[in-house]
Amino acid sequence: MDFKNVKELLALCEEHNVTISKIMMKRECDVFETTEKEVEDKLKVSLKIMRDAINQALEKDIESMGGLLHGESKKLDAYLKRNKLFENEISSKAAAYALGVIEVNASMGLIVAAPTAGSSGVIPGCLFALQEKAQLTEEEMLQGLLNASAIGYLITRNANVSGAQGGCQAEVGSAAAMSASMICELLGGTPTQCTHAASHALMNLLGLVCDPICGLVEVPCQTRNAIGASDAFISAQLALSGVPNVLPLDEMIQVMDDVGRSLPITLRETALGGSAIAPSACKKCIK
Amino acid sequence: MKDISIFDVIGPNMIGPSSSHTAGALRIALMARKIVADEVKEVTFRLYGSFAKTYEGHGTNRALVGGILGYQPDDVRIKDSFDYAKERNVKFHFDLIHGENPYHPNTVECFIESVHGEKTFIRGESIGGGEMVIKNINGVEIDLTGEYDTILVKQKDEPGVVAYLSNCLARFDVNIAFMKLYREDKGSIAYTIIEMDDPICEKALGEIEADASIMSAVYIPR
Repeated sequence: MDFKNVKELLALCEEHNVTISKIMMKRECDVFETTEKEVEDKLKVSLKIMRDAINQALEKDIESMGGLLHGESKKLDAYLKRNKLFENEISSKAAAYALGVIEVNASMGLIVAAPTAGSSGVIPGCLFALQEKAQLTEEEMLQGLLNASAIGYLITRNANVSGAQGGCQAEVGSAAAMSASMICELLGGTPTQCTHAASHALMNLLGLVCDPICGLVEVPCQTRNAIGASDAFISAQLALSGVPNVLPLDEMIQVMDDVGRSLPITLRETALGGSAIAPSACKKCIK
Repeated sequence: MKDISIFDVIGPNMIGPSSSHTAGALRIALMARKIVADEVKEVTFRLYGSFAKTYEGHGTNRALVGGILGYQPDDVRIKDSFDYAKERNVKFHFDLIHGENPYHPNTVECFIESVHGEKTFIRGESIGGGEMVIKNINGVEIDLTGEYDTILVKQKDEPGVVAYLSNCLARFDVNIAFMKLYREDKGSIAYTIIEMDDPICEKALGEIEADASIMSAVYIPR
């Protein structure tokens, strides 16, 4: 079993009357001649790395290699805990966790590039925030990663997930789309709703440039991961509430790819444009 | 193009912060170590382009040293690789080339001396997502990605060598996915890169090396 676009994926889901995650598992086993057990075992390792990264950042202030990040995750988490208005806000929780994973990444800690190192906070942020609020089992967590990887696979195959090629919309945008679909399936959405959630998430971040200050994966990458997590939740909620996106996900992926190609090179990870060349950013880079 | 797996998308598991500047850089050095096939005594890394600009903030320097020590991209020792290198008496230096860069933006050249005094030059490019390509070994332009189980053969540029190699592998029932021949000048040294669908055994490698035209054969598992 294999599929090369969203249309084929949804047709397979319908034909077998199963979720996106099930189809993705079947594809992995068929294409890579592996077993469900092996895939699950490897995904459990991914989950553990994600959890450990979130915990590390919540336990202590982590200073990044470039010195631009320092304990943001802990700060936001503490704020959410003492502010009654926000304490139950699932997307804020996810944002705090996403900040933490990026802190760990920027300090040469261990992370899962999902889909990239620069966007590695979004999926774990969403998944573990959801786990706490919805009491997900480990099996459901794995199901979530399988669903997310189906969307990530299709974006990688038909567009790209690299900031150097497509800007931040291709990195954090893709991570948000993967997460939106993941959340949607875990909350009982249909496969079609999952793809609409992903379309919303990609469309919301369309055009987002990659303009890392000092050329490092620190600012604005970290807070954009937080935005990616929030984007994923609102996009999933929209799709679950019955609001579809005008563009089917295949078209949305193509649009994202086209926009990425038309971004000037100065706004694609080169640190030659955007936030990276503002006076205060330049001052940070001269040491 | 290779099929995209779940673990290409949810992965790789890696030490941050950047798949191209950290994991990809490490994989170049790790591949260099495999090509040298001996303990490294001293190495100079010459960094070009973006590598030369942001190597400290991305930990490219620590990743390169980690690769030379044989670490995988998810090894938590990478951050402290300088200390581990000192412990193991591996000397390392960095040489930064600013300005004009004739190569890929993320390029590193490794000048390696092994503990037995053998010198090796390797140029690699980190092409994104933690992937890399070795573009030059000892002055010979090549393309080596490590995506497959690979044998790197250094040989005299003479008739019959390729036939000998493919015969050897056929006898061990190895299916060749790709086989590429590279050389600098006619009649001097050539390299053959053999990419296979399956791993090979020590015995097959020994048989390859037995021929007088073959100077060395290094097996690089995927």
